[in-house]
Formats: sequence, structure tokens, C-alpha cells
Amino acid sequence: MGLEEKLPSGVLLTSVEKLAGYARKSSVWPATFGLACCAIELMATGGPRHDLARFGMERASNTPRQADLMIVAGRVSQKMAPVLRQIYDQMADPKWVISMGVCASSGGMFNNYAIVQGVDHIVPVDIYLPGCPPRPEMLIDAIVKLHDRIQNMKLGVNRDRQITELEQARLRRLPLLPGLEGPAHHAHGAHGALAPQAGAEQ
Amino acid sequence: MSTAGNTETEGRVYNVGGQDWDEIVAAADDGADSTRDERLIVNMGPQHPSTHGVLRLVLTLDGETVTELRPVVGYLHTGIEKNMEFRTWTQGVAFCTRMDYLSPLFNETAYCLATERLLGITDQIPERASVLRVLMMELNRISSHLTAVGTFGLEVGATTVFLYGMREREKVLDLFELISGLRMNHAYIRPGGVSQDLPSGALEKLREFLGVMPGQLDELRKLLDVNPIYLRRTRDIAYLDLAGCMALGVTGPILRSTGLPWDLRKSQPYCGYETYDFDVPTQESCDAYGRYLVRMDEIDQSLRIIEQCVDRLAAPRPPDDPVMIGNAKIGWPAQLAVGPDGLGNSADHIAHIMSQSMEALIHHFKLVTEGFRVPAGQVYAAVESPRGELGCHAVSDGGTRPYRVHFRDPSFTNLQSVSVMCEGGMVADVISAVASIDPVMGGVDR
Amino acid sequence: MTEHGTGVPNVNEDAAVIAGRERMSEQVVRTGAFGTETTGDTSGYGGLRVRKQPPLSSEPPYGSYFDEVADTLAGALEQSGAGFGDAIERVVAAHGELTFYVRREHLVEVARKLRDDPALAFEMCLGVSGTHYPADAGSELHGVYHLLSISRNRRLRLEVTAPDADPHVPSLVDVYPTCDWHERETWDFFGLVFDGHPALTRIEMPDDWKGHPQRKDYPLGGIPVEYRGATVPPPDERRSYA
Repeated sequence: MGLEEKLPSGVLLTSVEKLAGYARKSSVWPATFGLACCAIELMATGGPRHDLARFGMERASNTPRQADLMIVAGRVSQKMAPVLRQIYDQMADPKWVISMGVCASSGGMFNNYAIVQGVDHIVPVDIYLPGCPPRPEMLIDAIVKLHDRIQNMKLGVNRDRQITELEQARLRRLPLLPGLEGPAHHAHGAHGALAPQAGAEQ
Repeated sequence: MSTAGNTETEGRVYNVGGQDWDEIVAAADDGADSTRDERLIVNMGPQHPSTHGVLRLVLTLDGETVTELRPVVGYLHTGIEKNMEFRTWTQGVAFCTRMDYLSPLFNETAYCLATERLLGITDQIPERASVLRVLMMELNRISSHLTAVGTFGLEVGATTVFLYGMREREKVLDLFELISGLRMNHAYIRPGGVSQDLPSGALEKLREFLGVMPGQLDELRKLLDVNPIYLRRTRDIAYLDLAGCMALGVTGPILRSTGLPWDLRKSQPYCGYETYDFDVPTQESCDAYGRYLVRMDEIDQSLRIIEQCVDRLAAPRPPDDPVMIGNAKIGWPAQLAVGPDGLGNSADHIAHIMSQSMEALIHHFKLVTEGFRVPAGQVYAAVESPRGELGCHAVSDGGTRPYRVHFRDPSFTNLQSVSVMCEGGMVADVISAVASIDPVMGGVDR
Repeated sequence: MTEHGTGVPNVNEDAAVIAGRERMSEQVVRTGAFGTETTGDTSGYGGLRVRKQPPLSSEPPYGSYFDEVADTLAGALEQSGAGFGDAIERVVAAHGELTFYVRREHLVEVARKLRDDPALAFEMCLGVSGTHYPADAGSELHGVYHLLSISRNRRLRLEVTAPDADPHVPSLVDVYPTCDWHERETWDFFGLVFDGHPALTRIEMPDDWKGHPQRKDYPLGGIPVEYRGATVPPPDERRSYA
């Protein structure tokens, strides 16, 4: 329970958010979960040409206990999945996950028995980064986008309110194609979106 | 935590969950083993900065000495071999290239050599394609060895070495990007030849690279060759002599560090290697330092070979100098070209198949949808990858898809020797040993 | 080879006819092509019946160093009791490579002779891998060993077969210790049990995995991929143009 939990929403909380966001994004310590080819590009991103140290991220925390960001770089096999989850659990809040590469994001080209089809089956992912492997510049782009998110992260009561708003927006969201709506629509009786079909079949 | 007598094993077994240290101490004090040995079983888990990838090492320690080392692999198993059974022969290249991801072009070459031998077209591969294959493979050898030396430094705590290695590697990756379009996992070498010819400006960039690299390598060698700390961590560490290598099937720099100059490029040449002038470096010390020296010397030899390749590629070309086999039933259909939306079929080829030649259109269509048929049989083709002998055992049943492809990966076999190298040594030397074997877990697990 | 109906051999038949008759007596392994299985398609591909190829077998002389290896091995095997013909089922020399199909009872002995005989000197084994031929009733599982002689710069392939009903093959770990992990991998992926292996456990798949993934009767296991309303089936269930 920190200061941010006790402040009411207002200028003071916003200032604390800005300061905390700035501090957090300036020294994100990655727990590099380098698995396969993407790990090599991750190492290259830490190399002299594309330098991760300019973001304060060169100190790759080998122990997940001190890490903020888990970059899942590479294909996650069925054998590795419990290890992945255990490392994620060992990280302390606040923590973020970038799934780097198509294999981590969705299983990639390996649609088979051995590979988990996307690490979002195992850990919640903040940024999906496609590529096979993504160039270091792409990884830096993903990291910068994550930094924006970290900077703008709300705290305390603001965050609770934001979570509620996001949840409700998600539930109100229209399906991409008719017939593909998820269970939320049935539960909320938002049949308004579906009625035109029934009415059109005259 | 359970202390109940699981006395079928030697001594007592304690399961430790966390936040129960006082229970363990109490139980250990209770234990009335007079012959209580001080063994400690430590797990260097799959996620570890120094195990060179997702390798798990279960060490049984007696103090600082390793009494038993059991490697556990399989954390990166991707089922690539089974995946390739459901794709055409050409698509298989994109899969096998991702196995040993630090030397993707070697995977591609082994597979393509096997496919071409099954097709019976080994002597119809254009010469320029073979020269390009050799060029790309030697560049890959340099980048792989640089990564090996760099990560060796990183794992023993010398981050400068890592940065030097990465810096040189970026130069090689720039060349890869220029020639094949990708920095890694290129799918450049395909059955029948290579996917595209050298773009303009590549030869100048290659010559520039050849001019700059020796100086950079000197810098790296000055840092490491006689560095007392480096010597203390690699001299007489991870010893494996010739008999051990033979018994364990170990090939590559480890075998050459025992003094045996066995290199497939010299003894069973492929892709025209017999026409190039290069040496096979060896050392006699059988230890990690010897392997480091072998790798650095191999980089020098690779630069020599690349220079010869560049000279051949720069020579005046005959009017018809393709990089893909002329047989339209096998050769991948188009000379690829960079268009407004990126790399793709060249506009000339599209014009040819759409308006000039029906036969070409049919060939293109059949090659892309069905693929070519490979006569039934089985073949084993091996190349000398930076880690050792990389072999591809391809079985065809006469169809458009491989019936079975198995890759004999050098890292898989070489990694078996890690227990032999480390047992009896100290924990810190395990790191040096694994790094000197230079396994790539993608190849180990496939 | 006799003429149809009579018991009199016909020396005038040429090789193609003989091969054709041999082929027709094999079982059917594939029907149809380009996705058609039945005759309901006007292309005619539905009626295609592809039969299994009869097992390849080469007759001596095999060419290059193969004869020397075969003769030396035959001599060594004769000396020790089991003859060449007993131990080696068939020999194939194709694509510049020599393959001995070894009967599994004699595998260890043959390997030991190949390693120890100074004229053969196959010091290094490059490992074993498996292949599953479900159409080959009685010898579905094949274990393939590649041997390398560094001193004589030669290669050799040994192949053993085992039926699915009794998938046991002796282990070569005592002869070539490098086969340790390779045999574990072959057991993991094919279910081929190597008798005498010190610790035959799974190596690539998780320890509690059920099934042997690289067998032909094990599905690829992919999932259908949905994108913007369209679904692409996994690779082993897609329409095949093969």
C-alpha cells in the first residue's frame, strides 16, 4: 500500500502518476526469456549498434525477482510452458510482458503438437511484436510503445476507474462479423446489434 | 516440506517449497545419518543467463566439485522434422533454417544437398549458385563463431567481449540483409540453387568487409588471447581427448582441438569446396582454450575463402549465368526482384508467364502449389557447420513432400559430452565447458 | 517369371514387364491425387492407385568402395559364426551411398565388427534415427544408423527393422556410446525400444507425454487459425495438392 493508493483523484494523484510513470519507464529491467532465434535478435538489440542501454534496459535481470519486463523471445514449447509461468509468477508487480516474434505471439509457423500457440495462453501479454525474427529496430519500437504505456499508467482510484471503464467498453464492443459474437453479448442481452438480421429476413 | 522417510533413495529426501528454512534445519538436525554426505543437488534451470539457451543442467555438488551432471534438453522442441512432412520440398527450407538458428544457411545447405542428391541434379547446380552458397556459408561461419566467442565472454562475466562480438556480427548481418533480404533465417539456399543473385553494390560491400574485419579481429584477439583471467578460465578446462570425441561422436572445433584435422570441407567436399584454398586449423590442448583458438583461426580461414568467392563472383560473367537450375520443373520459378511493395516475383517474370509462355505459367503454377516430385529413396548429406557435422537424412516416397527428414545436429551430439567434460571439475567450469561446446538449443531440440 | 497361366518361363520378357508385374502384386498405399479419392471426379485422378514400391535391393558388384566393405564384413562375420547372409537382409547401393539392412538379432555384432576390424574402421557413429513405414506390415519401424570411418573417409548406413507389435532393437550404446541420446530420441519419437540402453527415457518431449509424436499415426496437432472470420485448418487437414 503506497502513497498512490491513499490519494483521492485529483491534481496530486496525477502528478504522482506522472512521476511514478517516468521513474518506472526509465529503468525497466528486462527478464530476458530468450528462447530461440528471437533471443539472438534480442541480444543484438543489446549490442552496440541498437543500444538498449539508452533506455536504461541494459541491466538484464537474470533473476526474475528483480525484473520488470519479461520479453518472451522465441517459440515456447510444451515442456517450457510451466517454466515460463513460474518465471512470470516470480516477478514482482508491476510487471509487463512483450511477446516477441510470431512464435511467442501466436505459435508462428509452427502450428503443431509441440509449440504453445501464443504465450497469451499462459501469461497476460501487453505488447505483441510480430516478426520472424523482428528486427532490433522493431523490438525497440515495441519497447518504446510499452514505455508510453508505462508512462501513462494510472494509479490508485484512477486505475480502478479505468479498469471498470475498459471492461464495460469491451463488453459493449460489436463483433467483427455477424455470428461471431462472444458469450458477453448473450449475457447482457445486447441483442440490438443482432436484431437487424432477424428483421431483414422478411 | 516433507521429511517422511523416503529411505529408498540414499539418505533423506527433503522437498523444499519456500519459506520453510527453519523446518529444514530442524529436520536436518533430526536426521541421524552418521554418513550424511554433504551432497547438494542444484538445478541450473532452463531459464539461466549462462546456459547458452534453454538447457537445464542438474548438478550434484560436493562442495564446489561437480560429482554428477545431468543435462536435460527438449525445452525448445518444435517438431520441425514432423512439420516438414506436411510441406513441399521447397517450403521445407523455411522450416529447417530455424533449427540451428545461429547457422541457418548450413541447415539449408544440408537439406538442399540431400534433396538435390535424391533428385540426381547435383552436377546441374549452376556454378554461380555454388559459389554463392559457399560465400554465404562462410559468412555464417564467421557470425556464428563471433557469437560463440561473444557469449562465452558474456557467460564468464566479460561483457566487453560480447559487445565486440556483436559489433562484428552486425557487419555480417548487414551483408546477409543485402544479399538475401533477411538478417537471420534466410531461406536463401533452395533446392536447385539460391533464391536470388547478388544485388548491385554487394561486391563493393564485401570487399569493404574483408578490409575491415582483420583489424577488428585483431582487437578481439588482443583482448583475449593472452588475457590471464581468460586463460585461467579456459586453460585445462573441459578436457576431452580424441578417444572421448570418437566414442561420443563429437565433431567440429572440439574434435579439431584434440589435434585431428577432420573437416568435411576437405575430406568430403561439397559445393565446390575442393577448389578453394584454405587450411584446417587444429590445436593440441583438447581444452576450452584450444577450442577458442580453433574458432578464431577458422574465422581467418573463412575470410580467406570469402575473398576467393568474391574474386570469382567479380570475374566477367558468361551471357547465361543463372543462380537457379535451368530445369523449369524444379527451379523456383522467378528471379525475385524488389518492387514497390517489397521483394517478390519480378515484373519481367510475371509478364513472361502471363502473356508469353503458357508452359512457363504451368510450371510456375505447379511448382508453387504442388511442388516438384522427388524420386523415392533415402540419402544422407552432411556439411561442416560451425559446430560440427550437420547431416540431413532425407527419405522420399516419390511424392512432393518429404516422407521423413531427420537432421543429425552437431549440438545434440556434442552436448552429450558435457557430463564427461565437467564431472570432477568445479561449478564455474561447467559454464566454460558448455560455452566451449557452443550448443545451439534450437539444433539440439529441433 | 512365367507367362500368364502357364508354368513355362519366358525368356523373351523384358525387364519393364517383369517390374510391372512385381509392382502390381504389391499393396496399394495411396489412392487418388489432387484431393480426389473416389471416381466421382471427371479428372480421372480419383481412380489412381499407387502401389508400394518393392523393396530396393542391389546386386553385387555395388561400385566404389562398397564391395570392399561388404567383402571385409562378410569375412569377419563368417569367422565369428553368423554369416553375411544371416546378418544382412539386403544391401542397397543408391545415390552413392551403401546401406546394409541388418537383422536386429545381429546388429550389435555387425556394429562391433565394423568398428573393430582394422580394414573397416568405422570409428564414429553419427547417431540413430527412426522412420515409420506403416504400409510395411511386419517391419514398420526402421532404425537408421549412419557410420563414418575417419581413417578411410567412408560412410555407411545400417538399417534395422522391427514390427509395431514387437518394437525392440538391441542398443548400441556399448559399441558406440554416442548412441545414448540418439536412442532416447528415437524411443521418444517412434516408440522403438532399445534393449540394453542404460536409461531409455524421453528426451525431447515432456516426461509425462503420451504417444510418440513422429509416428505417422500421430497427428500433427495443429489448431485451426481464425483471421477476420475465415478459418484456415491446420496443415495436416488442408486440401492437399500432392
